[in-house]
Amino acid sequence: MIEKILNERIMILDGPMGTMIQEHSLDENDFRGKRFVNHKEPLKGNNDLLNITKPDLIKTIHRSYLEAGADIIETNTFNSTSISLADYGMEKYAYDFNHAGAKIAKEAKDEFCNKTKDSEIFVAGSIGPTNRTASLSPDVNDPAHRTVSFDNLVYCYSEQILGLIDGGVDILFVETIFDTLNAKAALFAIDKIKSEKKLDIPVMVSGTITDASGRTLSGQTVEAFVISISHIPLLSIGFNCALGADQLLPYVKRLSKITDTYTSVHPNAGLPNAFGAYDQTATEMSDLIENYLKENIINIVGGCCGTKPEHIRLIAEVARNYKPRKI
Amino acid sequence: MDKYLKLSGLEPLIITPESNFVNIGERTNVTGSRKFLKYIKEDNFKSAVEVARDQVEGGAQILDVNMDEGMIDGVEAMTKFLNLIVSEPDISRIPIMIDSSKWEVVEAGLKLVQGKCVVNSISLKDGEKKFVENATKIRRYGAAVVIMAFDENGQADNYLRRIQICERAYKILTKKVHFPPEDIIFDPNIFPVATGMDEHKTNAIDFFKSANWIRKNLPYSSVSGGVSNVSFSFRGNNKVREAMHSAFLYHGIKNGMNMGIVNPEMLEVYDEIPKDLLLHIEDVLLNRRDDATQRLLEFAEDLSDEKKTTKLKEKSWRNLDLQGRITHSLVKGIDEFIHHDVEEARKTVGKPIEVIEVFLMNGMNIVGDLFGSGKMFLPQVVKSARVMKNAVSYLLPYIESGKESGKQKVAGKILIATVKGDVHDIGKNIVSVVLGCNNFEIIDLGVMVPPEKILKTAKDENVDLIGLSGLITPSLDEMIFIAQELKRQKINIPLLIGGATTSKAHTAVKITPELNTTVVHVNDASRAVTVARSLLNKKTSVVYKQTIRKEYEDFRNKFLQRQVKKELISIKSARKNKIKLNWEEFETTKPKNLGITITKNQNLEELIEYIDWSPFFRTWDLHGRYPEILEDKIVGKQAKELFSDANQLLQKILKNKSLQAKSIFGLFPANSVGDDIEVYSPKDKKKLLGTFYTLRQQLMKRNDKPNLSLSDYIAPKNTGHCDYLGVFCVTTGIGADKLSKYYENNNDDYNSIMVKALADRLAEAYAEYLHKKVRTEYWGYSPEEKFNNDDLIKEKYSGIRPAPGYPACPDHLEKKTIWNILNVEKNIGVSLTESLAMWPASSVSGYYFANPSAKYFGLGKISKDQVEDYASRKKITLENAIKWLKPNLNF
Repeated sequence: MIEKILNERIMILDGPMGTMIQEHSLDENDFRGKRFVNHKEPLKGNNDLLNITKPDLIKTIHRSYLEAGADIIETNTFNSTSISLADYGMEKYAYDFNHAGAKIAKEAKDEFCNKTKDSEIFVAGSIGPTNRTASLSPDVNDPAHRTVSFDNLVYCYSEQILGLIDGGVDILFVETIFDTLNAKAALFAIDKIKSEKKLDIPVMVSGTITDASGRTLSGQTVEAFVISISHIPLLSIGFNCALGADQLLPYVKRLSKITDTYTSVHPNAGLPNAFGAYDQTATEMSDLIENYLKENIINIVGGCCGTKPEHIRLIAEVARNYKPRKI
Repeated sequence: MDKYLKLSGLEPLIITPESNFVNIGERTNVTGSRKFLKYIKEDNFKSAVEVARDQVEGGAQILDVNMDEGMIDGVEAMTKFLNLIVSEPDISRIPIMIDSSKWEVVEAGLKLVQGKCVVNSISLKDGEKKFVENATKIRRYGAAVVIMAFDENGQADNYLRRIQICERAYKILTKKVHFPPEDIIFDPNIFPVATGMDEHKTNAIDFFKSANWIRKNLPYSSVSGGVSNVSFSFRGNNKVREAMHSAFLYHGIKNGMNMGIVNPEMLEVYDEIPKDLLLHIEDVLLNRRDDATQRLLEFAEDLSDEKKTTKLKEKSWRNLDLQGRITHSLVKGIDEFIHHDVEEARKTVGKPIEVIEVFLMNGMNIVGDLFGSGKMFLPQVVKSARVMKNAVSYLLPYIESGKESGKQKVAGKILIATVKGDVHDIGKNIVSVVLGCNNFEIIDLGVMVPPEKILKTAKDENVDLIGLSGLITPSLDEMIFIAQELKRQKINIPLLIGGATTSKAHTAVKITPELNTTVVHVNDASRAVTVARSLLNKKTSVVYKQTIRKEYEDFRNKFLQRQVKKELISIKSARKNKIKLNWEEFETTKPKNLGITITKNQNLEELIEYIDWSPFFRTWDLHGRYPEILEDKIVGKQAKELFSDANQLLQKILKNKSLQAKSIFGLFPANSVGDDIEVYSPKDKKKLLGTFYTLRQQLMKRNDKPNLSLSDYIAPKNTGHCDYLGVFCVTTGIGADKLSKYYENNNDDYNSIMVKALADRLAEAYAEYLHKKVRTEYWGYSPEEKFNNDDLIKEKYSGIRPAPGYPACPDHLEKKTIWNILNVEKNIGVSLTESLAMWPASSVSGYYFANPSAKYFGLGKISKDQVEDYASRKKITLENAIKWLKPNLNF
């Protein structure tokens, strides 16, 4: 059914969790909540933990994006793989984080739909890149060294995906792909689970072009990236993060020419300033997004680092005036 | 979207009906390449990776990797090799074909590569269930697949079985597995022809027919195969094999074979196959006559009479058209007819300059292309340059008399120099020649070029690139200084860095940060052209520069992050952990010739058997060990030719006595005092001739390993034993510069470089020879030893001869003490530059230690306490000590 909507209009993806969580300046105790008062490691910055310890805050953020006009909201589960959570000594909670994150987003969606009688809202389970790369060595002197194996990634991604599916997401979203091999492990896990559970759930994929070289961190061009991930059926392919809307435009243009899936883009609010913050205003960003709309190269648009509900609101407004890309 | 076979490495490979035949590189295959097998067996993965690089540079579009060999752990070897090549962007840009008959090796490979690979292969051999299972997994891993025409009843060996099996596999894959048809590649079995067996007569034609049927009836699929199989009966007769491969491909492609595993070295150009040979081959391939095999065998026998064919060949190229002949001379490096042909060309053009612009440049472009695609090797290119120069010098008088501007359109202007204090220029000269033949204008400032001169020339001449070269460690600092000056003076010219001590790490960490402009480390001459072109091409340079900057920045960051400071111990503790030799029972051999011995006219002939040739080949970018390299499949022919040219020149040098070899050495009473070695007069042991200040390892050692210093090998003064130390200097470079210049002035860069490369080898040989003489005669501590040259190269002898500036004693300053004690400059005419390089360059100096416990070692990193101590012992400023020891400092 989402395909039907995508043929009719451009769908709006929400903005990031991290930027909104930062606004609330939470301290260590906020993160710990009651349940993890005695946890050994420091937990501040473990945003996905808030699915357990501050679910209301997360739901409020979802709501603010829905009210701004988002059609697809992403769960607060970007880092919820046991590989990434090991940084906090929380690897055993990976499934729980995903399950809880999916549930909160679904509740936010249901409440919003009841209130507005809107039925075309979707929850996308966010599957991040993890903090390891499967095809790069961290050691120049030992280029054959790897800190994570494909099998290990498949295992951890499976855990995450099961949590998301059980929690009730409508879409799986493999995003911010630095290393295509990691993404292939996620897709491997998705394909396996889909076939074992006889489940038909749409899959979105979004890669990250790290700089003006026009390549992913693991060195692939746009075209090579698309070829490498197109072996399982995808709803959409897109790009997000690292660059602002103006820098990403040429790559999305190339993408739109070579894929017969829908396309998505959720850029950062420009490039970070010297202090790591994003200055691009909502108006500036939506003006840049309008270039994509004029070129007719996207079906799904949202925001990554530095975007807030106001950005999404203006992007949704301008997107209303344009037709979606035809596939 | 169209259903094309799409593969990827870092870059895409899309195979459309319009695509040319896709060439699959097959040298990284242990079953097909003995060399590659050897590397893998020896765990020499570094060389194995170079095989892959050669394949990509040679034009392979897909890289076949196969580790199926009884003695190799396939999973482990596949894992290590793939992990290594995916870390090499210039290799992993193309897709990989994971080639194994073992499923576990295939699966291990699929887990390592981010791009879309090809699995080679699966088949119905073990039944449909297994086939479906594996295909499903391959799909899930995101790879395309090669299907062998093989089923439960065996390999398909006729037309009907081939198409039946392929059709069955296609149906299962597309209907049951939902495998995309465009991701299916069929290998309908290439089998040998002309085996003498009747049932093999249709092997080729059955393949062609099957290929044709598959492409027509199994939509979107591809057809591939391993071509060299077909000529199996003609092993040893490359002429026939090369022609047969080419004819097979010609018909295969016509019938729809769109990719294949082909060795480009074993392929004749179809149009260049002699008509009679082609007729015989095609009779066999297409099974056109009953006696085809017999006729080809007879014909092939005549062909193997090599003299006949080469003679034929020799004559025939003179019948080519004018451009063809000039190109042939340039490509083959033949001087003989070039004046004649150039003169003929001159008469056909309006202005003499057009001969250069048209005829010669056309030829040189072909040389450039062949070199760029790995089909010519460095020594050949240098020979081509010699012919080119020869031709240009013939034309110059005509050009000048016509008062034309002699300016050609050049690809760019490059300044190139060996930096201040350094005299080594072989590599630099090779790079200039190679760039020169690729139409770059070269301003070669020579050796020991002060930075001011480099900068001024760069500005005055408005050059596009600056290339800096150096071999000794102080040159690294010179390069940094020049980089700083470029920045300060706001000169925005990209920099190329090369030479033996330079490295990507040093360039990225120490030079790049000094510059606003791009700097590239070019480690061999063959890369220089590509790098220079990329930097100067208006279309690509911006992207290329950004890529390079990013690459170096990442490299630097990773390098710095990883610079886990190795744990060093204090110099005091290091000294406590010195090697404990039993001086009580120590017996030293008193040298027979105590004092100084000078040889002013060494017979070069005696040195030849001591030459270690392997580094000589490396100088010319031919990698491999001598003498095996002469038989190497890829570079062997070139290596042989180079070796023969080198020996010819060597004979000439011997005959004309154009190089002179001299040596001096001294054997003196000596004792260690702490980390110092005191050297006394042979006549009066109280009289100190000089002191050598050694450096001690400070790395934390495990398992009771000592912290070594060279002084440990000399008996301490307080033991009361009198011990001995030798110091020496040899040179074979006297006359080298003059002879090299002579060739250079005669437009013969090939021999000009060759002279220096030979002189270097002779100097090393002389050092080896003299050391042996010292061990067995002059000092005589090892009178009985009998080693051949190979043993000497492997350093099997007793005692060592370390050289200042090398790992055990990296401080070049100690050379000054050797020079003082032996009065080297006065006695044999070898001097030291300000960076303490020896002049003439082909010289070697060092110490002799006789102690049987003495081993070569590397100093490694040292910390500030030792440097301070060293400076005060040596009575030099700390800054000075830091300057000379920089590469070894951990602070």
